[in-house]
Amino acid sequence: MPINLDTYLGVHAKALPLRSQRTEVIAANIANADTPGYRARDIDFKSALAAASNPNAPGQIKTTQARHISTTQVNGTPAGELKYRTPLAPALDGNTVDTQLEQAAFAENSVRYQATLSFLSSKFRGLLTAITGQ
Amino acid sequence: MSSFKIFETAGTGMSAQSVRLNTTASNLANADSVSGDPNQVYKAKHPLFEAIRAGLGSNGVSNGVAVKGIYESDAPATARYEPGNPLADTNGYVYAPAVNTVEEMTNMISASRSYQNNVEVMNTAKEMMLATLRLGS
Repeated sequence: MPINLDTYLGVHAKALPLRSQRTEVIAANIANADTPGYRARDIDFKSALAAASNPNAPGQIKTTQARHISTTQVNGTPAGELKYRTPLAPALDGNTVDTQLEQAAFAENSVRYQATLSFLSSKFRGLLTAITGQ
Repeated sequence: MSSFKIFETAGTGMSAQSVRLNTTASNLANADSVSGDPNQVYKAKHPLFEAIRAGLGSNGVSNGVAVKGIYESDAPATARYEPGNPLADTNGYVYAPAVNTVEEMTNMISASRSYQNNVEVMNTAKEMMLATLRLGS
């Protein structure tokens, strides 16, 4: 019975790049905490993961030609799932970065990233155990 | 690996905040640099931040922050009557720069907190990447 690595690793292999992408987005928010007019962004993780794990789900626009523009992936990043944050108290200069909120989101995201890594790690260990038979 | 961009993003944030700290230091240092001519007096300097939008990821995530320029405050200098001051003009006035010390202090705290935030982001990103490298072991 051949093992398909894609199905073996499950959702975690899809979640890891999304977590990394989200780290990047939140890092940009934190770097621009004092930039006038900057609007904080974030990834809608649930729909991004759904789009990444099932590109042929109903409602997803298919690309059948090389020059079609994909709605789910643009250069490996989720295109449609990047949203603007709704600010609790927008600043007078138009900046919508709430530093505390971004810090919390960053911490949460990095913990979840590490959790995904642990899941992947244990999957690999399981595979290794099966291979070596010990 | 795209996570390397986080270092760049946090790095631009750190350099922008250190420019802000620099201008704050300059403003505080010159808060009492009086002059006899209101046009010659020191003017408070403030950086102007701008999100970097060129050469970004496909979906317009900003890659960081840039200092667009440093503008000088055009608040008028405050005149002080100090006839004994050797710098005083013929009417006995010296002109002090319009530096708001309290505002500069809060600016300094804000800049240093933002700087620390970016350092934290960089540290966390580094730990995440190292954990990824150890994957499977």
